[in-house]
Amino acid sequence: MAIPQEDYLGITDYKVVGTRPVRHDGADKVTGRAIYGTDLNLPDMLHASVLRSPHAHARIKSIDTSKAEALEGVRAVVTGQDLVLNAEEQLADLGEEVVRVKDMCAAVLAREKVLYQGYPVAAVAATNVHIAEEALDLIEVEYEVLPHVLDVREAMKDGAPLVHEDQRTNSMGERSENFSNVASHFRTELGDIEQGFAESDVVVEREFLTDMVHQGYIEPQNATVLWNADDVVTIWCSNQGAFGVRDQTARILGIPVSQIKVVPLEIGGGFGGKIKAYLEPIAALLSRKTGHPVKMIMSRTEVLQATGPTSGSWIRVKMGATNDGKLVAAESELVYEAGAFSGSPVGAGARNMLAPYVIPHVLVDGYDVVNNKPSSSAYRAPGTTNAAFAVETVVDELAEKLEVDPLEFRLNNSAKEGTRRADGPVNKRIGHEECVRAAVSSDHYQTALNGKYRGRGVASGFWGNGGGVSSAAASVNDDGTINLVEGSTDIGGTRTSVAMQMAEVLGISEQQIRPQVGDTDSIGYTGVTGGSRTTFATGWAAYKCAQDIKEQMMARAAILWEISEDDVEFDQAVFRSKSDPSKSITFKDLAAKLDSTGGPVMGRATAKPTGVGGAYAVAIVDVEVDPDTGKVDILRASIFQDAGKAIYPPYVEGQMQGGVAQAIGWALNEEYVYDEDGILRNSSLLDYRMPTCLDLPMIDAHIVEVPNPGHPYGVRGVGEVPIVPPTAAVANAIYDAIGLRLTELPMSPPRVLEAWWDKNGGNGSA
Amino acid sequence: MPEVWIPSLMRKLTDGQEKVIVGGNTLREVIENLDAQFPGIKDRVVYEDYRIAPGLAVAIDGVVTEEGLRTQIPPDSEVHFVTSIAGG
Repeated sequence: MAIPQEDYLGITDYKVVGTRPVRHDGADKVTGRAIYGTDLNLPDMLHASVLRSPHAHARIKSIDTSKAEALEGVRAVVTGQDLVLNAEEQLADLGEEVVRVKDMCAAVLAREKVLYQGYPVAAVAATNVHIAEEALDLIEVEYEVLPHVLDVREAMKDGAPLVHEDQRTNSMGERSENFSNVASHFRTELGDIEQGFAESDVVVEREFLTDMVHQGYIEPQNATVLWNADDVVTIWCSNQGAFGVRDQTARILGIPVSQIKVVPLEIGGGFGGKIKAYLEPIAALLSRKTGHPVKMIMSRTEVLQATGPTSGSWIRVKMGATNDGKLVAAESELVYEAGAFSGSPVGAGARNMLAPYVIPHVLVDGYDVVNNKPSSSAYRAPGTTNAAFAVETVVDELAEKLEVDPLEFRLNNSAKEGTRRADGPVNKRIGHEECVRAAVSSDHYQTALNGKYRGRGVASGFWGNGGGVSSAAASVNDDGTINLVEGSTDIGGTRTSVAMQMAEVLGISEQQIRPQVGDTDSIGYTGVTGGSRTTFATGWAAYKCAQDIKEQMMARAAILWEISEDDVEFDQAVFRSKSDPSKSITFKDLAAKLDSTGGPVMGRATAKPTGVGGAYAVAIVDVEVDPDTGKVDILRASIFQDAGKAIYPPYVEGQMQGGVAQAIGWALNEEYVYDEDGILRNSSLLDYRMPTCLDLPMIDAHIVEVPNPGHPYGVRGVGEVPIVPPTAAVANAIYDAIGLRLTELPMSPPRVLEAWWDKNGGNGSA
Repeated sequence: MPEVWIPSLMRKLTDGQEKVIVGGNTLREVIENLDAQFPGIKDRVVYEDYRIAPGLAVAIDGVVTEEGLRTQIPPDSEVHFVTSIAGG
């Protein structure tokens, strides 16, 4: 049954929520004791490596593994022929998204075609990884190289090489007659777009390009799998959702979920890129063949070549405003590359791009297009950073033409409670206005920026956040502490933020709660740690679990005092008799009496909350551009974000800073560089240029709290929205610095320099 | 009765109507009543008679439902078909 949306309690005197305690995972992390996938070693364990396609698009004519299998130390080789394709057109519901089982299987190991360079073709298990890698060279694959397509707009054209020969375009349920690389097309329409532009006094239209970029998590994908003699499959892995890995692996291997146990290990970042199961099914096949546990770890090159970066895109935005500064029309086309399989985040980009504003006339078309690049995956506010880069650049230009301060322009057009979103629904209580006001009054915005080639840019952003399913279970120890087991992989510190919500209910310290992430046999189904949902939804499960414990403990107090349960009340960790003030006992003391009042107390709860609250953020960025080199330095960056209620502020600030840091990398340097043959030319972190601490200033994180009416403590997800506005803020700052509107990401030194030369001529000396 | 906003790419099924008032206590009932008026809509928004079609989500009074076709639809609510979103 759905949980009521309007459930905000309006608490003003929190005891635990909003404090800054020592994090539960701190000691293990700083002492190096935390167990990550690569730390895991099991008796008789084998090591496996994957043979990957050297071609962007090719048909596999034959695979000969005999020489590899003959190599001493090799124990097994698997190819796509080891996968049982028993679900040609079935869909798998992975919690946050629905995927075709056929595509899931095909993505794990190629059967007929390879669709990008790095596509998995075969895998070898051996007594050590060096032998496994040597054996890969002995596998003989005969390919028929096919024409490939990399550019997303080229891929849309009639006659483009088809990535999938059987794919038709799905236009909101209507299938095209012809086969196409356009997997889907949708349209959002509000009002009358022609009327909107007719009413506009100022119109700006621009086209934008963004390249494929990677999440850049530090820890590569890894998995260790034991297919035991009793056919129980145990998987130890680094993934954002243990249940998601279980479900994917079961679907791909054609076995029931009850046969699989997934043990989540510590995870060294994910940002959306660790939701798909890349290695787990392969390691399972190899383990089944050998009877040994099999360990697999991707190299950095494999991570970049063959996991799921986010889509590059082509976006056209046209917006109109009246002379009195009101936005009246917005038209956009978004074309996102999905990579090898459909499923780019174009829908999210389209729905979120205009969410900060009230615009009466809107027309948005979105296209999900496959091409010969790795299949895209989620990346922090998927699809929305690309779209915000485009919209917020155009909004900035409109403000400039109208001679209105860019934040004031955003404030004048801000979405608020009761206004209609561009994609149709009416807003609940939201916090965009509050974020803009916080930015306007900040020291950053109020401090003048002086100096040649220096500029300041601002931008807004929105992410809708997710709800999903979560479970929590807890047992009370006789010393008054609680062991809490929850199902959400802890990426961003959610063990603490979840435990704090339980502690708040029970009036005890969060240090009296020991939170752990359970394996799939130990806790109820819990969706992925994604969509900024964990502190919101798993926190809600912990909140309900604490209520369950509280009620059971009140019953125990009644037994202890031989009174009615109705006569017991609870406040701040103390149970009292309503009728007899002399009867009171602390939570801790009552916990010591559980044996004599009926035995252990365990609480449990599941949550599937519907009251998700979307989150807004506003970024201010100061830059300095070197016109001789095109290098852009970030001088100062601030982010103002509505967290609803920050349960654990240090983690909220960390998420905000992390999101801005990734956005700055995306803005200035990060891109997938393919050559004309479809070969990725920068598949190492030397060449794929992520920002380091030397590239970034201290990022000022300003938490804004506009409580979400759909959560007891007012929580909104915080993990994703901070990546949305900064790319546009950087672009707007560059414009402010040197008068150039850059419309292609990354705004790397060569691009800045070329634009500077185009504007100023010759070598650009000015 | 609920007001269903028809996505523009489906409006040729509703003779161009952007919004349709239709009865129903659950999302399934609303869609079936809509389909009775405008045949073909159900096939566009429902997958194999048990779930909302992949790629789509349904917002009831501004909140995307996670209850699927069994979602209770309050009288006079707004029903929107929007693209589904997965987070990272």
